[in-house]
Formats: sequence, C-alpha cells, structure tokens
Amino acid sequence: MRVGSTFNVALRALRRNKMRSVLTALGIIIGVGAVIAMVGIGNGAKAQVEAQIASLGQNVILIFSGSTTSSGIRTGWGGAGTLKVEDAEAIRREVPGVIGVSEEVVSTTQVAAGNQNWFTRIYGESADYFDIRQWPLADGAPFTPQDVRSANKVCVIGRTTATQIYGNEDPVGQILRVKEVPFTITGVLTPKGLSTQGVDQDDIVIMPYTSAMKRVIGGTNLRNINVQIGDAGQLEAAQQQIISLLRQRHNIRPGRDDDFTVRNQQEIAEAATATSRVMTLLLGAIAGVSLVVGGIGIMNIMLVSVTERTREIGVRMAVGAHGNDIQFLIEAVTLSSVGGVIGIVCGIGASRILSAYAHWPTLISLSSILIAFLFSAAVGVFFGFYPARQAARLDPIEALRYE
Amino acid sequence: MHAVRGVSLEIRRAEFVALMGASGSGKSTLMNILGCLDRPTSGRYVLDDADVSGLDRDRLADIRNRKIGFVFQNFNLLPRTSARENVELPLLYSAQHLTNAQLREKADRVLASVGLGGREDHHPSQLSGGQQQRVAIARALINDPEILLADEPTGNLDSRTSIEIIAIFQQLNERGITIIMVTHEQDIAAYARRNVVMRDGILLSDKVVTQRTAAAELDKLTAATSNSEE
Repeated sequence: MRVGSTFNVALRALRRNKMRSVLTALGIIIGVGAVIAMVGIGNGAKAQVEAQIASLGQNVILIFSGSTTSSGIRTGWGGAGTLKVEDAEAIRREVPGVIGVSEEVVSTTQVAAGNQNWFTRIYGESADYFDIRQWPLADGAPFTPQDVRSANKVCVIGRTTATQIYGNEDPVGQILRVKEVPFTITGVLTPKGLSTQGVDQDDIVIMPYTSAMKRVIGGTNLRNINVQIGDAGQLEAAQQQIISLLRQRHNIRPGRDDDFTVRNQQEIAEAATATSRVMTLLLGAIAGVSLVVGGIGIMNIMLVSVTERTREIGVRMAVGAHGNDIQFLIEAVTLSSVGGVIGIVCGIGASRILSAYAHWPTLISLSSILIAFLFSAAVGVFFGFYPARQAARLDPIEALRYE
Repeated sequence: MHAVRGVSLEIRRAEFVALMGASGSGKSTLMNILGCLDRPTSGRYVLDDADVSGLDRDRLADIRNRKIGFVFQNFNLLPRTSARENVELPLLYSAQHLTNAQLREKADRVLASVGLGGREDHHPSQLSGGQQQRVAIARALINDPEILLADEPTGNLDSRTSIEIIAIFQQLNERGITIIMVTHEQDIAAYARRNVVMRDGILLSDKVVTQRTAAAELDKLTAATSNSEE
C-alpha cells in the first residue's frame, strides 16, 4: 500500500463529504470525550480518597480493642476494653521502628464557653498524635508530654468547634468547659475537611488521654492505639510484632482468636480506594460503549460509501489503484483518530468544566489520554477493515459498470 | 461459451483503430483484455513486447497506470471533485511521488492542452458533456500513456461535440499515441485509420479506411452555420 498518497486520497474524499465526515467523527468524539471525562472523574474521586487516607498519617498501624458479647449484645470494636495504657507503653518500649504511639479514647459530649455550647467529639490522645496524623496547628501550640503525664486540663480544638463556640474570636488561651470541667485551649488545628465517610474532621476537641480518662470519660480502657512506624519497609514486621506482643500480654493461647484487631493504613486505603476503582471502571465501561457505537457509525458510513462509490472505486482501479490502495481503511482510521484527538480535547474540557462548576475533583492522566487515542485509532482499523476489504475485492470491470 | 474466440489482432504503435460490433459481439471483452482490466482465459496478450496475460491484479493495475489511458462513454469523473483533482487521480497511484504543487502544475498543463484552461476548479456538474469528456481525456493523458482506450467516447455527446472530441484524438494520434476506440457509429469510425468489426466473438473484418479529418469537418460545420446565419 502506498500510504502517503492513499492518505492524500483519503483526505480528499473526506473533504468532499464534509458534513458526513464531521457527523461520523462526532460519534468517536463523543465516545472518546466521554471516556476521558468519566475516567477523569473516577480517577479524581480516587485521588481524593487517597489523599484523605494519606491524611491519616504515614505508616500508621491502628490497633483496636476487640468486641465483646454481653447478654447476647455484641459491642463493636473497642467495646471489649482489652487494650490498656500498659499495652501502649509496651509497644512503645519493645517494638522496633516505632516512632510514635498515641493512646486513644473517644467520646462525644456537650462543650461550652460563655453562653455558647456545642455537641462535639472528644479525643483523648498522647502528644505524638499530631505527628502521627500529620496534623499541624493553625494557631497556638499542642499539649506536651508533660501535660499528658500530669493529666492537665488542656486541649486543642478543630476549626469547626472553634467557629461554633467562639465565632471570630481567638480561642487560644480561653477556657472551654467539657462536662463542666474547665480546659484551657492551647491551640487550634488546621482544617482537614470531610473524611471519606463524610464526617467533619474539624468538629473535634483533642486533649491528653490521661485527662480524658480521668476527668471526662472515665474508665481505664483504650478504644484504640495509633502507632507510627519510621520506615514503610518495617510496617509488616512491626505489625506482626505488635500482634505477638499483645497476644502474649493478654495471655491468649495459640489457636484462640485475638481480642484486638490490627490494621495498617495501607489496608484501610485499599478498602477505600476499591470502591472508587470500581466506579472508575464502571464509568469507563459505559463511556466505552459509546465509543464502540461511534465505531459502528464509522463502519456504517464506510459500507454505504463502498456501495455508493462503487463506480468511483472502479475508476480508481482503472487508473492504476491496487486493491490495497483503496482508501476506506485510511478514511476510517483518519476519521477515528481525528475524532479521537478532538474527543480528548473535549473530554479534558468537559472535566475542567465539571471541576470548576460542580466541584467534582477530576484527574486526567497521560495514560488515559494515550489509551483513549490508541483505542479510537484501533476502532477505526477494526471497523474500517471490513468495508476496505469489500472495496479491495471489487472487480474493476464490474465496478465501472455499476449503476 | 467464450465471449471472444480465436481473435488474433496486432495493433502497432501510433495506430488509430475503431473497434465495432453489435452488443454481444465480444468487443467489450476484447477491450477489457486490451485495457488490462481482464485476463484472457486462454491465449496471449503481448503489450509492448511483454506478455501480460499471466500477471496478477496489482501488476495489471501498474500497467494500466503507466501505459493505458481510459475514456468512457459516461465520462466516469468523480462527482463533487474539481476537474484538477479528477485529472490528478492517476498520479496518486503512480510510482513517482509528486508534491501537491507538482500534481497541480501537471494537471493544469494537461487540462490546458485539451482546451480547459481556466476551468480547473469546476466540478463535473458545472461542465457540459463535451467538457467533462475533455477532463476525462486529460485524466487519461496525465501519465503520458502509450495507448488511449476509448469506450464509446461520443455516445453521450451531440454530433458537433463528438467531432470536437474526435479531433483531440486525431491530434494525440499524430503525436504518436495509439488510439483504440470502441464505437457502433459508422461515421465516427470513419475518423479512425483502421476499422475492426466483430461479431459473435470473432473478427468479421479488419480493414484500413480512408481517414476523415475531424478538423476539416469542424471547419465545414462552422462554415455551414455561418452560411445559414447570413
């Protein structure tokens, strides 16, 4: 096949039927555009979830207390009260690679200051918590290990809580009453926004876990322990060590189930991104259907062209065209690739518009652009091949006589 | 049943042959073989000292492209395509690679030589029958063929235009191009130098005739028209 001149011929033929060419390409434009935009939306959602997971902290292992059954009622994780402060200290002491441990207790309660009050979540944590969660303060300072040891009445609060109680006033240094216990606010956290579950992460009061246990919540059990490992490579080993350490400390005989649950952040991330990955696939598949429909449109037009232009094919053959020189394959590929390129531009435009006006996060990767382009070209080859073969097989004498 | 049987025909360079016969006489089949559009089931076709009867489709296409120009009764121009692009068509399938500018220059020159200078951008629908046939002739000439095969070239034209087209053929013939023309009109065949008549697949007669000159006929017609006007 003489590609150069056949390409020339194909372009001339496409130009001759401008409207038809544009409409045929439109099928591919819409198809590719839809794929690009849909996959962009899916990837954007995935990236958002991943960013939120990453905001949980790097190389974090979460240990939850197990559940327990009492009179047939099963409590959730953390209900068994099997995790003790001593367990956390043992982990801090004995597991290599640990760079931070935060004992966590959680409650919800009414907090008040002046004549304002607000129902919010109370987190008792160690001073490591802000490093583990990579959660810096916007204002003021975090509480110190000394505050934790002494169970001082100090706390930091999230942006939402600050706004609800203090409005535009600076909360640092003010007194916040938690269950009627006055706590001094040492700092305000930077806003984190909504979590993957849609919970406002800034609607929070964080205080030393010792203070929370002694003055607010009561009890001696931890809901969970957050552990941060210095090196991602040590994560698995540390997780195993934590499990065996806790089994030993809780006197669990071999063969019995753990009375706690250990998760690392990677597992949580995988579970969370699995949903968005499925969504991306689904959106992409639906959009892919429209691409295939566009391809069938090309094939349809090419088949009509072969019939309608039979005489033309005869003339071309009479003046020296080989069967392979008949341009329908190149016409189809040209339509689909040009449609593909325009579709990519439209898809990028559409996802930009969605980001800007619907505030959906979109992420367009180079690979999705390349795949969309190659796929559209492949659609042209696939759906152009049959009509092209039909044309190439025509007998020039018959074709010239065709009415 | 063979459309053509035992035909032995030798056509020399620069001849002007009219091939005649009723429909079904086998002249179309013979034309298709001469034009390398079809292959004989048996027998040989030697073109330019080379046996082409055994060549495959693509080789035949190359020979058509290089050596043979076709002119059809119904012109067979591509619709919605300028005269220039119609004429360029064979160049797109030739071995030599020309730029678009070269294609254009060459096509315009040949169009001018058949008297269509200035109409390069016209589409077939904007041209008269005679002009369309001139475009077709220009297309046939673009690759400097050795043979021009014309299948009822005047069948769709009025008598004056027919003679104009024949006049072009005679000019080309004088330049050394072999012309083989299928026609069923006796007075058109009279412009050729040799008339071959077929019937039922065999040669009925093959004789050299005294050639009428188209240019002279045209002059006569012009004179007659001006006389009647006076």
